[in-house]
Amino acid sequence: MNPGGESMQTLPLGVDYIRFLPEIVLSIFGMIVMVLDPLVDEQRSQKHLGMVALLGTLTALAATLLMSQYPGSAFWNMIQVDSFSVFFHFLVIAVAALVILSSYEYMTVQRIRAGEYYGLILFGAVGMALMSSAVELVLIFIALEISSISTYILAGFRRREAISSESSIKYFLLGSFATAFFLYGVALMFGATGSTSIWQISQVLHSRVPLLAYVATAFMFVGLGFKVASAPFHVWTPDVYEGAPAPIVGLMSTGPKAAVFAVLLRIFFQANAPGRFWLIWVSAALSMTLGNVAALVQTNIKRLLAYSSIAHAGYLLIAFAVPQTAIADTGISSAMFYTVAYAAMNVGAFAVVSHLAGAGEHRVELEDYAGLGRRSPLLAATLTIFLLSLIGIPMTGGFFAKFYVFSAALKANLVVLTIIGVINSAIGAYYYLRVIVLMYMREPREETALPRVPIGVGITLAITAITTICLGLFPGRVVNYSLRSAHELVHPEMSATDIRRPSVIR
Amino acid sequence: MVPISYYLVLSGILFGCGVVGFLIKRNIISIFMSIELMLNGVNLSFVAFAAQWHALSGQVFVFLVMVVAAAEAAVGLAIIIAVYRNRETLNVDQVNLLKL
Repeated sequence: MNPGGESMQTLPLGVDYIRFLPEIVLSIFGMIVMVLDPLVDEQRSQKHLGMVALLGTLTALAATLLMSQYPGSAFWNMIQVDSFSVFFHFLVIAVAALVILSSYEYMTVQRIRAGEYYGLILFGAVGMALMSSAVELVLIFIALEISSISTYILAGFRRREAISSESSIKYFLLGSFATAFFLYGVALMFGATGSTSIWQISQVLHSRVPLLAYVATAFMFVGLGFKVASAPFHVWTPDVYEGAPAPIVGLMSTGPKAAVFAVLLRIFFQANAPGRFWLIWVSAALSMTLGNVAALVQTNIKRLLAYSSIAHAGYLLIAFAVPQTAIADTGISSAMFYTVAYAAMNVGAFAVVSHLAGAGEHRVELEDYAGLGRRSPLLAATLTIFLLSLIGIPMTGGFFAKFYVFSAALKANLVVLTIIGVINSAIGAYYYLRVIVLMYMREPREETALPRVPIGVGITLAITAITTICLGLFPGRVVNYSLRSAHELVHPEMSATDIRRPSVIR
Repeated sequence: MVPISYYLVLSGILFGCGVVGFLIKRNIISIFMSIELMLNGVNLSFVAFAAQWHALSGQVFVFLVMVVAAAEAAVGLAIIIAVYRNRETLNVDQVNLLKL
């Protein structure tokens, strides 16, 4: 890739393909879904194609297990399999599986033809998974685009509804704008260091930090900040989330976000991109404050959750402000834990929203949730778990995630940022509690019976609710795993033999 | 020989024109073309830096960027058509069902 680098092998090794297996599996299943789509009967096609797609994600999870047995780099140091990338592979593929599960009934209710929908979720998952293992900035760019382009289309999938196509065009225009900024950052980083490989960049930046590298970092952060919806690059979020199909909002507020956070962790902590502190500080403080304050006045549940997701991106970014010292491990691991906890509670919350939305997504106002506790006690109880976790009530994953981030920040002496975070958590509690109060203490607006919870949504809710509570009660295993990943990320020389010479494991 | 910095300044200007176009244009297709202009500004700086570092990789990246931009254009134009069918306008000020 660069002059004076390692000698090139002519062909990739067999083990390279194992290290890339989850992406291969997802792509193949995505293509199968697309090919089967015109062949199967339109009425029943959704269930069958959904099953194929679900099978694809489960196979990809198995492939990730196999991949985790072969740590090292593949394809001439383009991708890196370490416990960090395995962690995010599991996360994004599991999110894709849950979203597919919760979409079954939704597709029938909204009368959407299914094939491409499931195919695009799988292709999107390819991009997200690839983002977490790519250690080459141009490959990261391509992975980012694979995931983004899939979600642009998915956002407009209710294409006869004007608001859905409007959501799609806004997402597309602002998303491409952001990608161009990221790419300019990559070009400048290439100019500053002469390489786009994370390893070589970190080596160059270790000895000297050119001024251009600061500019490059800022540009890359602008691009990625758009993708994770952190302020001041958050303006698209509420509009896009309101118009897009509800299960897809569950996907795009968790999967691509987790993957982009993985990219940010690699760029900041592995490549040592300079000038991180103030960028992160300002963006985190702004995201928390703007997100929570704006959420207070929302009357639409999807917009409310959109602003809440901006606020949560802010809490998560606090963990990125820790300095590159011994504390970095804790900071990285708390960020990783937060992505998991947030994914569990948000996918669950949007599964409830998509079930209650009804045909044409007409029931998405907060008023529609009044009296839900009486009309459907189980559904209300599940949504309450997710909302309590979003507030950060003890015994839920959301609590431990926030606690872990704040304690990492305090260890790093980020007192002011932590105080802003705690105040914002208190403000945030208000609007989540408002929904809970509406559900339990208000008379229902209409007494019509709710549709039965379909099996796909039921399974999704069970898995996400149990995960949310388990993460709160027994966070130990996830924390240990993420700590180990963080250590590998910051001290790559531990496995350096493997990294420098990819042909060691044959 | 023309110094590298000339190319970099030109690429910065192209990128800046794209940003300004994105912000002031009101037609969706013009906005989309502004984004393409930004990407081409980036391409120019990739090539300039490739010449500076004597690394071929920088020139190869340009092809990758072009391919991705083409894919993006295909999807983007399809979305634009979907919007036009629903609203019969391509003026962003009139595509405003969702409050911003």
